[in-house]
Amino acid sequence: MSEGFAKKVANTQVWKAIFRHGPPNNARNRAAVVAGNVFLHLHPIKLKKSGVQLGYTWCMGGLTFFVFLSLTITGVLLMFYYRPTAEYAFTDIIGLREHVPLGIMRELHRWGAHLMVITVWIHMFRVFMTGSYKPPREFNWGVGVILLVLTMLLSFTGYLLPWDQLAIWAITVGSNMAKATPFLGHGGPGAMLAKIGDFVMVSDKNDVRFQLLGGRFVGEAALLRFYILHCVFIPLVVAVLIAVHFWRVRKDGGISAPL
Amino acid sequence: MLKEAINYLSAPLYSFTTFIVLFGLAMKRMDIVGTKKFGWGLLITILAIFGWMLTDPSFFTVISTPDNIPIIILNALVFWSTWFALYKGHQNDLRIARGEQPLEGTPENREKVWAWPNLVYTELFCIILCTIFLIVWAIFFKAPLEEPANPTWAPNPAKAPWYFLGLQEMLVYFDPWMAGVVLPVIIIIGLIAIPFIDINPKGNGYYTFAERKYAIAGFCFGWLALWIFLIQIGTFLRGPNWTFYGPFEVWDAHKVVAENNVNLSEFFWIKGLSVALPKNIFLREIVGIILTFGYLVAAPLYVTKKWGQDMLARMGAARYWLLMFLVLGMMSLPIKMYLRWFFTLKYIVAMPEFELNL
Repeated sequence: MSEGFAKKVANTQVWKAIFRHGPPNNARNRAAVVAGNVFLHLHPIKLKKSGVQLGYTWCMGGLTFFVFLSLTITGVLLMFYYRPTAEYAFTDIIGLREHVPLGIMRELHRWGAHLMVITVWIHMFRVFMTGSYKPPREFNWGVGVILLVLTMLLSFTGYLLPWDQLAIWAITVGSNMAKATPFLGHGGPGAMLAKIGDFVMVSDKNDVRFQLLGGRFVGEAALLRFYILHCVFIPLVVAVLIAVHFWRVRKDGGISAPL
Repeated sequence: MLKEAINYLSAPLYSFTTFIVLFGLAMKRMDIVGTKKFGWGLLITILAIFGWMLTDPSFFTVISTPDNIPIIILNALVFWSTWFALYKGHQNDLRIARGEQPLEGTPENREKVWAWPNLVYTELFCIILCTIFLIVWAIFFKAPLEEPANPTWAPNPAKAPWYFLGLQEMLVYFDPWMAGVVLPVIIIIGLIAIPFIDINPKGNGYYTFAERKYAIAGFCFGWLALWIFLIQIGTFLRGPNWTFYGPFEVWDAHKVVAENNVNLSEFFWIKGLSVALPKNIFLREIVGIILTFGYLVAAPLYVTKKWGQDMLARMGAARYWLLMFLVLGMMSLPIKMYLRWFFTLKYIVAMPEFELNL
């Protein structure tokens, strides 16, 4: 009976309007479901059996993408409740914890952020151990390395937003590195050589750390900068690079397998 | 008594040395490491030791900090992925030695299958598992929130997020311009350069160890010993003032540690020649400058002339010298660590006048 019902549903005009083909239980429809769906068409229609085995891929790249998507969704939800100012940031987080019913959005977002760093590392390890960076996939490995760095920067910029002690001091420790950049940070080697008479060209008022924080210490300007970097700028770059990454996985011959 | 011994032996000098010795042995004896017995045995040993350690209150305090829980998950995954990749590599090596295809290359596995349902359902399964995992994690562990930001009061220790603690731990041995800027840049460049340096055509698309021993050993050394291991030390064993604390030691901010690190120039002029430090900066640091020059230029040239000719010819100059530079950059960290531990050496070249300390 249920099979008859499923068949009936698959024959309605609504089903046909959405999917344009019957259930994927024959070759023609299995090809159509992957090729005709904007989300599923990331996949090839057919692929080598070795490439679908969990023992080979560990699904770590796929999970990284999935966690990125969940972070985007939970992140957008959190943005409804959060104002990136020194006055409101911390109390908004408290409000999120105290007043929002069933509030695990921040937990999902924070633990998801940690998880994404972990899965992307393990993904890189798997790709290395299977030699999948070898020709013709050299370029895509490079794109992957950039994505890995951006993942950590996404997590790092988000770390500041709760505006508690944990946040500002972790970011202070991290961003203090920038002031030691050779030639570009006021505490780095070579910076004091850039002098015209008494005029110091690289100082704490214009070096890379100042550009990063919008000030000489982690203050309200840094909060706004990190907020924009975290919510808009880096995600946009990551989204573009993910598109390139996936495109090149397909163009470079799909999931790697013995030649 | 046992706990005191563990506290003592987990000091970076002993634990890091033990780790790299065990790592070297593991790379030598893949016939043991790449078996299921070894994997299970190691897993049970680690779990038993970890379970016993959890009964210690001060260890439990550090490890149960909400933001440290990801590291436990990381460790579990790193342990599993390392062993599993080596196990699969060893299985394939045995197959190849018998004249068979690696498992991924058998006719059955080369066959093409439909993405729907084979791939799509596998992905769905992973997504559901991952979602359940995240939701359970989110329900049982609240996201940390400390007191509101206070720029006038720094917590002690002030730590970066855990994934940067390997870099923060490097700050013990290098100045920020090295640990925070130069070495990370070398890591990123080095990673991107891997496919262009490694011209071994074997091991493309399947697990193997024997066919690419040196690539795997080199990568795993950087990944496990210089990245993951330093994160463990930075997270679990560094307390107030970034002082070392054993896993069972209470983080007492008043722990006194003798810090009398000496620059190479002071070793040479004051202790060695019993004269005052020369006024001229470059004369003062001449030994360190010569040593650095020797490490970065003379030693590689000599090594190449003596042993590297074949490799240079095989790889081509650009690949060879890039690899040399990356290896020197990577090895500078353990070298500096051991110099600190054995000779309390602070800087090889110390030019605070230019903020240039090495």
